[in-house]
Amino acid sequence: MNNLFNRLTGRQPPSRQVAKDRLKLVLIHDRTDVSPAVLEQLKDELIAVISKFVDIDRDGVDIKLTQEQTESRLVADIPLLKSPRRRR
Amino acid sequence: MGALVITVTSGKGGVGKTTTTANIAAALAAQNAKVVCIDGDIGLRNLDVVMGLENRIVYDLVHVVEGTAKLRQAMIRDKRLPHLYLIPAAQTRDKSAVSPSDMIRICDELRTECDYIIIDSPAGIERGFRNALAPSDKVLIVTNPEVSAVRDADRIIGLVESEQKGPPSLIINRIKADMVKRGDMLSIDDVLDVLAIDLIGIVPEDEQIVVGSNRGTPVALDEKSRAGQAFRNIARRLAGENLPLMDLDKQDGFLARLGKLIRPGG
Repeated sequence: MNNLFNRLTGRQPPSRQVAKDRLKLVLIHDRTDVSPAVLEQLKDELIAVISKFVDIDRDGVDIKLTQEQTESRLVADIPLLKSPRRRR
Repeated sequence: MGALVITVTSGKGGVGKTTTTANIAAALAAQNAKVVCIDGDIGLRNLDVVMGLENRIVYDLVHVVEGTAKLRQAMIRDKRLPHLYLIPAAQTRDKSAVSPSDMIRICDELRTECDYIIIDSPAGIERGFRNALAPSDKVLIVTNPEVSAVRDADRIIGLVESEQKGPPSLIINRIKADMVKRGDMLSIDDVLDVLAIDLIGIVPEDEQIVVGSNRGTPVALDEKSRAGQAFRNIARRLAGENLPLMDLDKQDGFLARLGKLIRPGG
């Protein structure tokens, strides 16, 4: 969100927005009791497991916790490497 | 039917729990309800000074718990509002002098004698908070539009829910409308968006709060104070009225009105 704002306007986002974004993130970790360090470890192990079955773009993997009102979820975005077979 | 026991808490210190307790109590008492406040902050009492009753303390909550004084003897009657009483905290003891079951027992004894019991919780989530929460029928969580205060409020919401105390209500204190407008302060909607909780009141930043605590007179008794109006509104909502939230952009002070006359639309 902030990055987008920065790119579009070339300015610092209002501190109100920064506060809200930081708050959301810290509350997700507080509520789920999953620290950023644990999330990082989970990501590494997930990459290791998935790599056994499909070729993935390791640098593009994005794992995060999200929160919608009372519901938390773990969202993993794992880009696959382009398969040579499909390109043909 | 007995009194409603209201607990005012926040997690974080310095957000305005004691000021909120004193003002809601004064506003309810001014509406002719009989109100007993209990200072739950054993060892760091402050509600007595904010209410202007510090010179009249003889017995305190710990005396009542230990049986040295009767409940009646520890209830200090407010001079301005004859329906308002304070049971002060002990200053020289620590929180372990009172237990959650002591608080339940004391409140049960008071329930038949008044309309509202308002407990000012200490900051934190330890014994003092547990004491203040134990007898509660309604929990009010005070926060400020700041990351740390909202984070702590979220933690308290979780603890209150796990104690099955019913849904707590939120008071957002010390809002500066001009800073929100400038994009430099979390707005009411921002806070509600992340906390997902019932909002019972919003209180604008008001210098009169300092003046009121200097004098030991809650601003809820000052007709002209904006924060006082906000606290009176909260008291009316607690009593069951359905009132709209106050308009924080509206400035009805003399200077603001004069300013508008000189610069219309400014």
